[in-house]
Amino acid sequence: MDIKNTTKGFTNFFSGSSTFGKYFPQTLTVFFIIFIFGYFAYNAQVNMDNRGIDFGLRFLGEEASFDIQFSLIEYSGASTYARAYLVGVLNTILVAAIGIFFATILGVVIGISRLSSNYLISKVAEWYIEIFRNIPLLLQLFFWYFAALRALPLPKEAINFFDTAYLSVKGLYIPKFIWTNFSVLFYSIIASIVAIIFVFKYARKQQEATGKQIPKFFISLGIFTIVPLLTFLIGGVSLSFEYPILTQLSKTIFNYIGGVAIIPELMALAAALSLYTATFIAECVRAGIMGVTKGQKEAAASIGLTPGQILRLVVMPQALRIIIPPTTNQYLNLTKNSSLAAAIAYPDLVLVFAGTAMMQTGRAIEIISITMLTYLSISIVISIFMNWYNTKMAIKEK
Amino acid sequence: MYKYIKQLTSLLAVFVVLFAFANEAMAAKKSKTLKNTIKKGFVRCGVSQGLPGFSNADASGNWSGVDVDVCRAVAAAVLGDASKVKFTPLSAKERFTALTSGEIDILSRNTTWTLSRDADIGLTFVGVNFYDGQGFMVRKDSGITSTDQFKSGLSACVNIGTTTELNMRDFFTSKGISYEPVVFEKADEVVAAYDSGRCDTYTTDKSGLAAQRTKMKDPDAHIVLPETISKEPLGPVVRQGDSVWEDIVRWSLYVMIEAEEYGINSSNASAMKASENPQIKRLVGAEGELGAALGIGNDWSFNIITQVGNYGESYKRNIADTGILPDRGPNELWTKGGILYVAPAR
Repeated sequence: MDIKNTTKGFTNFFSGSSTFGKYFPQTLTVFFIIFIFGYFAYNAQVNMDNRGIDFGLRFLGEEASFDIQFSLIEYSGASTYARAYLVGVLNTILVAAIGIFFATILGVVIGISRLSSNYLISKVAEWYIEIFRNIPLLLQLFFWYFAALRALPLPKEAINFFDTAYLSVKGLYIPKFIWTNFSVLFYSIIASIVAIIFVFKYARKQQEATGKQIPKFFISLGIFTIVPLLTFLIGGVSLSFEYPILTQLSKTIFNYIGGVAIIPELMALAAALSLYTATFIAECVRAGIMGVTKGQKEAAASIGLTPGQILRLVVMPQALRIIIPPTTNQYLNLTKNSSLAAAIAYPDLVLVFAGTAMMQTGRAIEIISITMLTYLSISIVISIFMNWYNTKMAIKEK
Repeated sequence: MYKYIKQLTSLLAVFVVLFAFANEAMAAKKSKTLKNTIKKGFVRCGVSQGLPGFSNADASGNWSGVDVDVCRAVAAAVLGDASKVKFTPLSAKERFTALTSGEIDILSRNTTWTLSRDADIGLTFVGVNFYDGQGFMVRKDSGITSTDQFKSGLSACVNIGTTTELNMRDFFTSKGISYEPVVFEKADEVVAAYDSGRCDTYTTDKSGLAAQRTKMKDPDAHIVLPETISKEPLGPVVRQGDSVWEDIVRWSLYVMIEAEEYGINSSNASAMKASENPQIKRLVGAEGELGAALGIGNDWSFNIITQVGNYGESYKRNIADTGILPDRGPNELWTKGGILYVAPAR
């Protein structure tokens, strides 16, 4: 028997030269995966039966009977576990969104600074990156939290911002916005955004047809300030504030009551996540900008573009293609890292649901599965959005 | 005729099934957990990650505490050697899963006995080794001397995953006080946050407050308020479904308490074998077959008393002498004004 022929036959079998060879390995793999998961599910089922534990999600409808420090939606101890779950998810999304926002801004600034020809700026950026990305995030988290708690004054000696906001060890207290006819304002903002989109489209058409540039930025800014302002004058919209008031609770205990409290746990977590992730984003940005060949900038300069235009119209669109995919990873990392919140008492999904709720109900398998699925879903949504943005930014072959 | 045969067969089948079950039940008398423990040669015990007086490891890794002593008593009863215990430190979050998954065989980790835990999640509580209750700690200079002086807006630091969160809510809600719960995963962070002024009060079981207070920078700057807002009967837990093992753990604990009641301690136990009192003789294994009823050696209780000591000795060694709670309070024998009252071992 010819060895060469045997290998060839074997290769053909798996490389899909026949229909059978094409589908058989795939079907086998699928069955194998189903079998593995099925086995785990069965095993868990048998063991739970043996120990008299039943599986079910009915507990989600029961009263949670524990309070949560910080919630974006209406919540009290009388709410259900499902509601507590929602509070946890929203708090996770909130801190992830704040973290992504600041990490992106800081990352871009640091990344560009790193390439600056100014020695001081580029060295500061370099040191920042090296220090912050090489210290474990959990330690940074503890550092920011306890450093902040030690540094901030007690409510009685709170740092006063123009008698409207107060910063103390119990958090930043800001006035609460109380709107009347908020919906009118809301619609006017939507209307102005729609108007701005039209202005941009019109400006583009004009430029393509006549080469004339319309100052679209100032026009948009004008629309965005004037239209909502009009609602105050003629739409019956008004705004009042509920200020936080320092209240004495005992001889030495004071606290602010009223207003909105931004708890120190949120501030510390958002700060630690942004500062840590910004270092990685900065490196992505640097790589992206360095990935655009020098010839591109020189060519752009030779047709008379200003340095700002070169960065905005030539360098950035090309750099973004390199920056987006790794930055997506950083966004996902940030979101998942937010689960460290439990260490410093920020009531995120892990602390509220996979923490208190799990310990009160004892339903470890159900709750951990739900928590994993939730993080998976949040990550997939971020991925899908970033992939869409990536496709939008990718080179369009014409 | 055919009909009768059919009936007879089904009757026979029922008997076969019943007999099989009876056999099964007899086999179960030789508990699986007991069998495994004897085979391994040590008791697998889940304890806390460090709570002075209850379960705490010293610098060289030796565990001590009243919770630890329960596991040592079981080891003395089953294996004849109180040192044959493997301790697994567990967080509040992990403890029940560790027990139900079979990683440990006894959970003796200042765990409160509640209906939902006992009924719901495959656990069985075997008894109470410490009667505790939740309290509040505040800074002395705050001027607060009673929970009646609490006002809306207080922030309270608390440890996650305990009945404390529930009790705290019940307490504040029933008083109509709005409060801010600051929930941490580990006790060290709770204390650090409370110490820094993030919270106005720190709430947990009173024994825990007393123990944590000894760890603080200036223990005298803090006071534990007199009110107790909950019942916290703490005790060892075993897996549901192994009643022999459950009995062994229960009676290992009860024997310690009953030994104190009859004045038997680690130093006089041998001499007590010659006692006139039949109950004392039973407790030191000089009379009766108490061990056999549990499926273990008859010197089980003698081993517990000589190697671990009675409950009073354990309390004194771990909680009173360490300055945590010198006063036994409710954890005194019923004959001396406490509520320690156990079923008799006879």
